[in-house]
Amino acid sequence: MAIYLDHAATTPLRPEALEAMLPYLTESFGNPSSIHGFGRRARAGLDEARERLAARLGAQPREIVFTSGGTEAINLALKGAAWAGKGRGHRIVTTAVEHHAVTHTLRYLEKFGFEVVTLGVDRYGRVDPDDVEAALTDRTILVAVQLANNEVGTIQPVAEIGRRVREHRGVVLAVDAVQAAPYVDINVAELGAHFVAIAGHKLEGPKGSGALWVRHGTHLLAQQHGGSQERHRRAGTEDVAAAVGMAVAYDLACDERPATVRRLRRLRGKVSSALLAVSGTELTGHPTDRLPGHLSFIVRDTDGAAVVAALDLEGIACSTGSACTTGSTEVSHVLTAMAYPDEEARGSLRLSLGRTTSDADVDATAAIVPQVVERLRLASVELRTEPIRQAVL
Amino acid sequence: MLVAMSGGVDSSVAAALLREAGHEVVGVWMRLHDVADSYSEFSRSCCTLDAADDARRVAGQLGVPFYTMNLEREFEGGVLRPFLDAYLGGLTPSPCVDCNTYVKFGALLGRARRLYGCEAVATGHYARRVEVSGAQGPRFELRRAQDEHKDQTYFLYGLRQEQLAHAWFPLGELKKTEVRSIAARLGLATADKPESQEICFVPGGDYRAELRERAGWEPEPGPIVDVDGTLVGSHAGVAGYTIGQRKGIGVALGEPRFVSWTDPASNTIVLGRRADLETRTMQVEDVTFVAGDPPAADGSPFRASVRIRHRGALVPATIRPTDDDGGSSFGTWAVETDRPVWAAAPGQACVLYDGDTVLGGGRISRTTREAAAAAAAKDARAVAATR
Repeated sequence: MAIYLDHAATTPLRPEALEAMLPYLTESFGNPSSIHGFGRRARAGLDEARERLAARLGAQPREIVFTSGGTEAINLALKGAAWAGKGRGHRIVTTAVEHHAVTHTLRYLEKFGFEVVTLGVDRYGRVDPDDVEAALTDRTILVAVQLANNEVGTIQPVAEIGRRVREHRGVVLAVDAVQAAPYVDINVAELGAHFVAIAGHKLEGPKGSGALWVRHGTHLLAQQHGGSQERHRRAGTEDVAAAVGMAVAYDLACDERPATVRRLRRLRGKVSSALLAVSGTELTGHPTDRLPGHLSFIVRDTDGAAVVAALDLEGIACSTGSACTTGSTEVSHVLTAMAYPDEEARGSLRLSLGRTTSDADVDATAAIVPQVVERLRLASVELRTEPIRQAVL
Repeated sequence: MLVAMSGGVDSSVAAALLREAGHEVVGVWMRLHDVADSYSEFSRSCCTLDAADDARRVAGQLGVPFYTMNLEREFEGGVLRPFLDAYLGGLTPSPCVDCNTYVKFGALLGRARRLYGCEAVATGHYARRVEVSGAQGPRFELRRAQDEHKDQTYFLYGLRQEQLAHAWFPLGELKKTEVRSIAARLGLATADKPESQEICFVPGGDYRAELRERAGWEPEPGPIVDVDGTLVGSHAGVAGYTIGQRKGIGVALGEPRFVSWTDPASNTIVLGRRADLETRTMQVEDVTFVAGDPPAADGSPFRASVRIRHRGALVPATIRPTDDDGGSSFGTWAVETDRPVWAAAPGQACVLYDGDTVLGGGRISRTTREAAAAAAAKDARAVAATR
């Protein structure tokens, strides 16, 4: 059985979540909007999920909008806030290391006349709160920033950014907490945000589940129209099972968080030191201010996709940093923003541990990964320098 | 075993057969150029993301690992550039030969062995590799496929021993109809996929657009002259014409005319009647032999059947060394065919066979038609000058 070290991509559904979901996939199948008993049972499940999630976020239940995932939650926040704020301004401030769910949504908004200001980051991928503050003008309506980066694991100073944003009336702060949610204690009041997006499948909940917290009183234009579900903010019959699964998984993740974080930091250290012993490897992202199970590297002279494939054949499942399957040589915009040249950024490798990663997994990883990486690096150097018409076979 | 999966039915079945035979199979789809960046509703080319998805789907059905591999740099240098340079230089390119020699059984094979620990690269080519025992251990012969209509050895002549030792062609003994029925029996997603004929990096088959976009070709109109030097029309850029081409010349002259010669130096296209495009002697350069050495060890002449285009007729011929490094690998050899071949074009591959066995081959560098055509082009210039 292969060792799964790609928890930043997605996580296995935890049994408690599955168990909590099953009734809503079977006998409690009703439509939460229905008047009858079937509907009421489904509604009760949905309400309870909303309350659980709200309690863990330090929020009010009515501030929670269930969505089909993190991407939808982010789309709803950014488009919804941009259109709602159009009367006051058109300027949106973001960073150069956001997930595509943010960058591509903002690119879409640019086509409609919004101005997007993209802030640079330091070598570790962190944005400077002073830069955010300096970018705010009278015309600014929205700031979009992630809580932790998916590719390099760096945690952003979002609370500090929130303090700066709050001093500017009319500017709302949207936080992409999708990657951070399992490991970083989120209290929406402390974050000073207006929107926080999370996804169920990153925290051992089901795929197809997500939520957007919307601070009470924040203007938001719905992006999906139809019924009056989710207080008119997201039409469509709710996926009760998905919401319940996510709420249960998040509840447990919060309970276990201190222990999980401690344990993952310890395990991460083992893998990290084993891999960094291979010459030509370098840790990317912040060395300490990063997600606890998250390791990202540059393996010089290699193509990250080839390293990932070779590790897969050896029974280790990991990634280059983001899920890409088209073989494009386009390098990570995150590493580019962190000033890594293309030829280094191509050799990106991400190993992300999770709550279910065992000590044995880590020991095996620490033994196998350095070997494979070293072999790949040596072979890649030869292959890369070969004349094209005299291939090294 | 690494299988190069294009997303077509042939490589799908190749992977399936190896899997059925108990081999450990890894499927790889090569990303070779930026044409791959698009999903298309109407393209049939094997190199779009749709094709990668098809290959991935089949790998999923077979339960084998599947990866995409970026070989854009290798394809650009080994296939695409030479292709463009050939057209711009008045030659007829053979990109599929280069792709097999330098990409599939070059760059890909090297990566298969060194990065993924695979023993060999298998493809869906219709060709046979036969192991024979020799004085110095086993040797490998490349032989024509069982299905003569599908035989692809013309494109594989550039392979040599160190490549063939790690090359597998699981479809060599099969007919295309059998391959289709295997795909159908296994329910492979690609079972009913139509054949792709065009050059994979030229969507829609219009290579002139590629010349403009990738090589900055600026077509310069020039004269079209008949075989006797008479000016009969004007062309829209020499690189846009291929020897043997009949359609799209824009000249009507009673008896059918074909492009007989393209001369970038004088920017002239020379036409000819069907018989004018016949030739019996050609010079073939960069000749390689599958066995490593020429058939006659001392570099003396030998007999072979030659083929100057994919699925073209096999014509008996005598092959002689020339003074130009003749008699050795990568040298130039003179090919004299027993009966004429038609529309032999510089740049095109000339492949040498002994029965079913591929001896080797090279690129046509000159034919005896050149002198006549050059004379016609010169006459045309003289006519133009006196006007």
